[in-house]
Amino acid sequence: MTNLIRRAAVALALPVALVVLWWVATADSTSIFWPPLSRILGVFGETWFTGRFTDDVLPSLARLFAGYLAALLLGVAMGVAIGSFRLLRALVEPVLEFFRAIPPPVLVPILMLFAGIGTEMKVLVIVSGCLWPVLLNTVEGVRGLDEVLRDTARCYRLGLRARLFRLILPGASPQIAAGARQALSIGIILMVISEMFAANNGVGFTIIQFQRSFAIPQMWTGIIVLGLIGIALSAIFRMVERRLLGWYIGVREAHRTEG
Amino acid sequence: MTTQPVGAAATTSTAMLEVRGLKKIYEGRGRRVEAIRDLTFGVAAGELVCIVGPSGAGKTTLLRCVAGLLDCTEGEVVLEGRRVTEPPPGMAVVFQEYGRSLFPWLTVWQNVELPLKEKRLPKDRRRSLVEESLEAVGLLDAHRAHPWQLSGGMQQRVAIARAIAYEPRVLLMDEPFAAVDAQTRADLEDLVRKLWRELGITVLFVTHDIDESVYLGRRVIVLSHSPTVVLEEVTVDLPDERDQLTTRSLPRFAELRSHVYELVQRAKRGYRPEGR
Repeated sequence: MTNLIRRAAVALALPVALVVLWWVATADSTSIFWPPLSRILGVFGETWFTGRFTDDVLPSLARLFAGYLAALLLGVAMGVAIGSFRLLRALVEPVLEFFRAIPPPVLVPILMLFAGIGTEMKVLVIVSGCLWPVLLNTVEGVRGLDEVLRDTARCYRLGLRARLFRLILPGASPQIAAGARQALSIGIILMVISEMFAANNGVGFTIIQFQRSFAIPQMWTGIIVLGLIGIALSAIFRMVERRLLGWYIGVREAHRTEG
Repeated sequence: MTTQPVGAAATTSTAMLEVRGLKKIYEGRGRRVEAIRDLTFGVAAGELVCIVGPSGAGKTTLLRCVAGLLDCTEGEVVLEGRRVTEPPPGMAVVFQEYGRSLFPWLTVWQNVELPLKEKRLPKDRRRSLVEESLEAVGLLDAHRAHPWQLSGGMQQRVAIARAIAYEPRVLLMDEPFAAVDAQTRADLEDLVRKLWRELGITVLFVTHDIDESVYLGRRVIVLSHSPTVVLEEVTVDLPDERDQLTTRSLPRFAELRSHVYELVQRAKRGYRPEGR
């Protein structure tokens, strides 16, 4: 119990210090761009909990989830295929490198031409950014599967299904998770950016609206909301990861105590 | 000394496993490495044969060819009358790297059960097989653990349990105890003897340990240095009832051991049979 309190104290020490610093530094601020933190927090409730949460935050999150999940499925499926067949890998690897090198935000104007400015475009932008880390990490994970484990699966004549679900996917899962984690932060960035170009709702859209109408304290609350969304999502991610990769954490700890 | 001419045992009609004229050349980037030159031997049904040779004798290559994991360049491996081109049904393999051959994301029970599911055995049958085999290796209590929570010797026991639960007619073992400590090793050797006698399966046991090969085997096939040929087949005429203390102190054990030892030493110095 005391251990838990101590860990919480350590984790919260710096954030609290920074908030206090922000509070003190801006307390007497008269600058229109740097309003006092007290004012920002004062307008926080009325800004977000009088309809904007359901009208802006939830649509943003829904697009993020749709794009993120689609990228995960697509990336893992393609990654398993590319990682399993050497010829396919040799064929597509140069192209993959090219697509990965394109910063996804530049795709927004192009995708707007094809998919309009609606939800499809924004989801597509998120997919186009989240796909690569998942795909490339999955390829690496599948390629890095232990030879002895592969041989074992062959000796016991595991069928395609068992090989996929009992060998390849779990074996590559630590790498897939690493890719998924990168993809998540990219996804949040693209969620905001896609809304800044053209949108009629969403967190990014709202922040731009506030900025253009000189509602500076409100604009700051939007940035805080984004930060909070990021923290919440990464906490959820860690929980899921801990459940799915419990064995991997165990293996690593076992090796550490051996070595 | 009871030795047989090279290849004599291969012609027995009850041979479960036959290796005929096996040759393996690794080719890559303009280099040709001849790992195995010419191997011919047979293993009768229900026999326990050890293969021993100096390190670098291509023992693992041989075993991978026999298991159907590796294509041979020439010759063939015949199991129960059928030529081996891929891992055949009815064969189980225990690898040296126990830590890498168990699925770390599955529990002990699930590891043993997985191949049985692939064989589409009914649930009741699976349960009794898993239970019996874990019982036989003394690990039924640990069935909920994950492999990495167990010691090395215990992990190799799980791999053995998985192999015997599969009900193979042939069990291949590739230096299975090379990475466990000496006491665990003795226990595991006795376990293999016990399971072999109880189940009546055919066992091909590859090792670099001379004592182990004499203690375990009914026959020891001594390999030359790479490119590998058979140096000699030594019949181990020790009583079938063996235990670590009495068997190892028999004068006959010492004789056989020093004979095999000498062969392996000669193999290390590069000695090979005439013209091979």
